[in-house]
Amino acid sequence: MKDAERIIKVRKLYKKFGSFTANKDLNFDVYKGEIFGFLGANGAGKTTAMKILCGLSKPTSGEVKIANYDIYTQTNEIKKNIGYMSQKFSLYEDLTIKENIRLFGGIYGLSKSEIEKRGKELIKHLELEGAKDKLIKDIPLGWKQKLAFSIAVLHEPDIVFLDEPTGGVDPITRRQFWKLIYEAAGKGVTIFVTTHYMDEAEYCNRLSIMVDGEIVALDDPLSLIKQYKSSNMDEVFLKLVRKI
Amino acid sequence: MKAFLGFIKKEFIHIFRDFKTMIILFGIPVTQIMIFGYAVTNEISNVKVIILDNAKDEISRDIIHKIEASRYFMIADYIQDPNDIEAYFKKGDVKEAIIFEKDLEKKLRKEGTASIQLILDAIDANTATLIESYTSSIIRTSVNEKYSNPQLIRIQPEFRMLYNENMEGTYMFVPGTMALILILISAMMTSISITKEKELGTMEILLVSPLRPTQIIIGKVIPYFFLSFINAVIILALSYFVFDVPIYGNFFLLMALSMLFIMMALSLGIMISTLSSSQQSAMMISIFVLMLPTMLLSGFIFPIDNMPTLLQLLSNVVPAKWYISIVKKIMLVGVDFQFVIKETLILFGMCILFIGVSIKRFKIRLD
Repeated sequence: MKDAERIIKVRKLYKKFGSFTANKDLNFDVYKGEIFGFLGANGAGKTTAMKILCGLSKPTSGEVKIANYDIYTQTNEIKKNIGYMSQKFSLYEDLTIKENIRLFGGIYGLSKSEIEKRGKELIKHLELEGAKDKLIKDIPLGWKQKLAFSIAVLHEPDIVFLDEPTGGVDPITRRQFWKLIYEAAGKGVTIFVTTHYMDEAEYCNRLSIMVDGEIVALDDPLSLIKQYKSSNMDEVFLKLVRKI
Repeated sequence: MKAFLGFIKKEFIHIFRDFKTMIILFGIPVTQIMIFGYAVTNEISNVKVIILDNAKDEISRDIIHKIEASRYFMIADYIQDPNDIEAYFKKGDVKEAIIFEKDLEKKLRKEGTASIQLILDAIDANTATLIESYTSSIIRTSVNEKYSNPQLIRIQPEFRMLYNENMEGTYMFVPGTMALILILISAMMTSISITKEKELGTMEILLVSPLRPTQIIIGKVIPYFFLSFINAVIILALSYFVFDVPIYGNFFLLMALSMLFIMMALSLGIMISTLSSSQQSAMMISIFVLMLPTMLLSGFIFPIDNMPTLLQLLSNVVPAKWYISIVKKIMLVGVDFQFVIKETLILFGMCILFIGVSIKRFKIRLD
């Protein structure tokens, strides 16, 4: 993995809100095609860090490079090269599946024919042919999540940021969702995902665990389990969080 | 640019697919203008009239007889002294006094012209106009019947509106409704639609996308600009064709300044959306900061001149006050641009101020 192309570089990242430090000295790299899990309890600072990586928020200090673009000066280039899906639902409920595809394809600058072509593939792949003219609010949550992910990677970004993408979704759909993630990673898309489902954490290539704004552990799931003498990620997580 | 157009299209879809939004956009303006319109063009009936007949000749008797027979009027009393009129009006139920001058018929025959004075209680200006026109038409009919050659004979009904000589309020419903509707649609609807995206989380998605924040805001505002403009045209058309409200001034100038007012309202809406994080608070701010002052402090319902000084001063910061003044002057008085420069500049200044505050407050990076 180490000789793969580096796609995210974070050095000495600090983010302060007044006297409160949300992110403290974050240092990590993420490589092309990797599924990078970003774990932490609520309030640990993962959303703050993720917003910085997406260009929604500026760090207080530190170096951040996304796809070799600088977070301070090249946010426009970064925005073109990333996809984003948030824990809040990210498609328009009163638009149909096709209209959502067209809208987001258009926003990311795809040509009409390209949108048509990729949209068709997407609908076929998710087996949504019968529902493509349905409004988003009329389709089940599981479909929505899969669709939201597929639309987030429609413009073939270098990286896609997923902020707790499977919240409230049943285990079967969650597995199908991860199948999509693996497919995308197989095509070379880097996945940066936050989650609090520990079974999901084990699907990641590498994990970082954040406690109180700091990264306290960063490795692949198996090594972490071994290192903390646990039988699964749940235990690792609990040990790390409780220790403090 | 293409991305931007797609974004605007999406905004229109939001509006057209939401039944409630459509009702607010097109139902409310039409209903409102209808309600106000019919409230002021109400038919009159059994209006109490007092008569001072100094002529006591054939023509005056004939007119009195016709008035008595009409279902619109009821003769309350015959008086002798013009000084009594005031007392009748003050009691409140008499709305009109008709005064025939001496030697009416003789004058008519000799000079071809004579006058009948109508004095009206114009507290309710709209009713007063109606009463005046009904009375005048009865007088005309009477004269036409009496003389074979009515073109040569002219009775000039001279009327005087008491208590409200300038007839403030007659057509006031049009400028007032325009101001209210445009504020409602432009400011309230945009602020709600922007905060809705914040609330649903789609704003984050848009901010992460290559669309620039200004594009997002302009994209959200453009549909409402168009719809507000269409509404302004609808309101004017309804008042012109259905309620015969005249447009004396330049129609295009009126429309141009309406656009300025819409822009001002849109920037106000954007500012509200930067101050509130939920649709509900946007709605509350809109109602208390926009709708109530627009209705109460703009001169729409209550004349500003009658307000306590403090409220008069306060009314100056209500944008609708200036817009209503513009519409009134152009539409009902028919003045040129030079007479509304002050109002125009004030609205323009407000527009710049709101945009400035919005830019400062707009959190590009949703902290």
